[in-house]
Amino acid sequence: MIFHYDVVIIGSGMAGLRAAIETGGNGLNTAVISKSFPTRAHSVVAQGGISAALGNATEDSWEIHMEDTIKGSDYLGDQDAIEVMTRDAPRTVYELEHMGVPFSRIKHGVIAQRPFGGHTNPRACYAADRTGHVIMQTLYEQCIRQKVKFYSEYFVLNLIIEERVCRGLVAYDIKNGDIHTFHAKTVLLATGGALMNYSFTSNGFANTGDGLAMIYREGIPLEDMEFVQFHPTGLYPLGILITEGVRGEGGILLNDKGERFMESYAPHMKDLASRDIVSRAMYTEIKEGRGIGGKDYLHLQISHIGKDAIMEKLPDMYKFAMTYVGVDCTKEPFPVKPTAHYIMGGIPTDKDGRVVIDEKNTPVFGLYAAGECACASVHGANRLGCNSLLDTVVFGRRAGKHIMSFVEETDFPLLPADADYNSIKMIENIINSQGKELVGKIRKELQNIMEEKCSVFRTEELLKDCLYDIRDLKDRYKEISIMDKEKLFNTDLILALELGCMLEYSEVIVLSALERRETRGAHSRVDYPERDDENYLKHTLVYKTPDGPKLSYKDVSITKYQPAVREY
Amino acid sequence: MELVFKIKRFNPKRDKKPYFKNYKIKAEKSDRILDCLNKIKWEQDGSLTFRHSCAHGICGSDAMKINGKNQLACQTLVKDVKGKEIVVEPLPAMTVIKDLVVDLDDFFDKYEVVKPFLISKTPPPYKERLQSHEDRKLLDGSYECILCGACTSSCPSYWADKKFLGPAALLKAYRFVFDSRDEATHERLRILDGEHEIWKCHTIFNCAEVCPKELNPTWAISELKKLIIKRKF
Repeated sequence: MIFHYDVVIIGSGMAGLRAAIETGGNGLNTAVISKSFPTRAHSVVAQGGISAALGNATEDSWEIHMEDTIKGSDYLGDQDAIEVMTRDAPRTVYELEHMGVPFSRIKHGVIAQRPFGGHTNPRACYAADRTGHVIMQTLYEQCIRQKVKFYSEYFVLNLIIEERVCRGLVAYDIKNGDIHTFHAKTVLLATGGALMNYSFTSNGFANTGDGLAMIYREGIPLEDMEFVQFHPTGLYPLGILITEGVRGEGGILLNDKGERFMESYAPHMKDLASRDIVSRAMYTEIKEGRGIGGKDYLHLQISHIGKDAIMEKLPDMYKFAMTYVGVDCTKEPFPVKPTAHYIMGGIPTDKDGRVVIDEKNTPVFGLYAAGECACASVHGANRLGCNSLLDTVVFGRRAGKHIMSFVEETDFPLLPADADYNSIKMIENIINSQGKELVGKIRKELQNIMEEKCSVFRTEELLKDCLYDIRDLKDRYKEISIMDKEKLFNTDLILALELGCMLEYSEVIVLSALERRETRGAHSRVDYPERDDENYLKHTLVYKTPDGPKLSYKDVSITKYQPAVREY
Repeated sequence: MELVFKIKRFNPKRDKKPYFKNYKIKAEKSDRILDCLNKIKWEQDGSLTFRHSCAHGICGSDAMKINGKNQLACQTLVKDVKGKEIVVEPLPAMTVIKDLVVDLDDFFDKYEVVKPFLISKTPPPYKERLQSHEDRKLLDGSYECILCGACTSSCPSYWADKKFLGPAALLKAYRFVFDSRDEATHERLRILDGEHEIWKCHTIFNCAEVCPKELNPTWAISELKKLIIKRKF
């Protein structure tokens, strides 16, 4: 079938839903496509809070928020975009509250705020440790109110882009195997995270970066993909996130000797230094033999704030540790290790969410991206905690607003006759493939390779090895076969499609990391331990070409703060 | 340890009726049931079909019946289930699409009936609306629902009457009725006050027993019933 929409949004996490409220609520014919259900997207697991300088706990201002974010980004963030985000943060949080988000409250009934890593002031607005859950539910509720049309359990296969105009997309209905074309004036990618390509990860099974691969296949570059954030506290040995809010509420990291080691790495901010600094410190402690019992994890202690405070502010953390590792965090420390968490890079966009294709920021007409899959770039080389939820809602809304004006002035673009041809072939190839390789096996190998060779500390040698291995896996991927050949709810096929996406952008992550010969933010090169502003104060762009990936660079927007030494 | 997974399979396009298929796997006590299902799917039988996403009890994708009780596959560990044979079935009282995947359309349609969004007739202030800590606490025990469907599918009243809204939708109604910022209590209670709506709940507590978030919809429904009665006199 061919559907026609003013706007089709891919992904039903926070960025997608916020954009849908904007366009659907203002009368645009809006569809949201989700490969699961709208309430299942991984935004739902965000825990600690959303940042905004409300000043409810102590005095604060958006200017300090902006400065903190730029410093956190190791000066790679685009300052014009960061200004837009931090300036708009208080309005954004008030708007969420007006929509119905049940934030926790403090004195006089205002929204509660807690300290978070890299933020000078307590700025994380929260609902216990379920902030993602409550915002997601509220945004979904507003979508119901606006009667937004959802296509749940549809997997988008390809975008339709010709002559720098986006004309829609082709999607696969998981429930029955039908392939549909969505003819659209605008498409917004809000496909979220991509770190299922690591073995120790806080990401969910759906975080396979399908949007990144879709864009890359169209010859549009991916930006700053080398910057992968490792969240300091993944619950060992599973990788499930233990919120930075634990440290925000007074939690401390301890090594095997019981030392509060962050005091020596970040004397001022200590355990609440930015995530890149804390994760590096933890890896160093483990490498130097101070992991717990000589193993590769450390302790996060919160018991000293008392059981009542824990149960009130961190109830899910208590439950996770109890359920999965049998640890009672009111008495014992959490076992933790840095976990692959967030990708700062992604689809290059401008401040209105328009996808841009080169160093001159030339836009693709009708194509937008927002949230984790996008790179505006507000996080630069390292994101501050709580800035991701803010990013999704601010830029989801801004993209929605830009789409409003674009749709008004634009007719439906011409749809090529064979728009779904490549997509049909894509499915047929996998279904009919008779190779000997197993999807599950290649995915496992990819995860292990990325974990081992492209993690917190990187070297030329490891990265070259990693690139070689991934290219080998890409070759082997051509020889896969799947067991389920049916049209009905074929998740075997979906796993194969997702693996194809992961291999595509994993190569880009590694190549970008190899070519950035400096240490900046989350990208830490043992062989190039210093930041090198002279050569690398610039964004990486990687294009897919018939001759293999091609690198290019683009300038960073610096408006108010010149790069300085970064100390916490 | 070696375990036998006895999994209820059904492909309505091909099978006349559901059947059980056994899979032997090696698992650790600390493995989630979801880890085991993935192992079976990735290594033995790619056609085994189930939903999953976050894998730690927040997204609500993988509710299913494990050893006779509705629970999340990602929140149930091998050590939590007794014996070496683990029986896995789809959620009961819902149409099976394939294997462990059930049709949730009716579940979400019921959810929409209760107007699951904040209704406020007063224009909001420039900043946040104020809500006391105590008023906010009234929402604890309801806002945490992850819409997994374990409760509604376990409810005998829902088994008997498919028009019944079910515990998940009613818990959502509670979340807004008891929100000090909401101004549509009358309208909400009117929607609930009907045979297939709130009065079909016969206080059986199955929902509370199975809720993976340890919520108690039966209690919340009783509070709503009391409010409806009070308003009549």
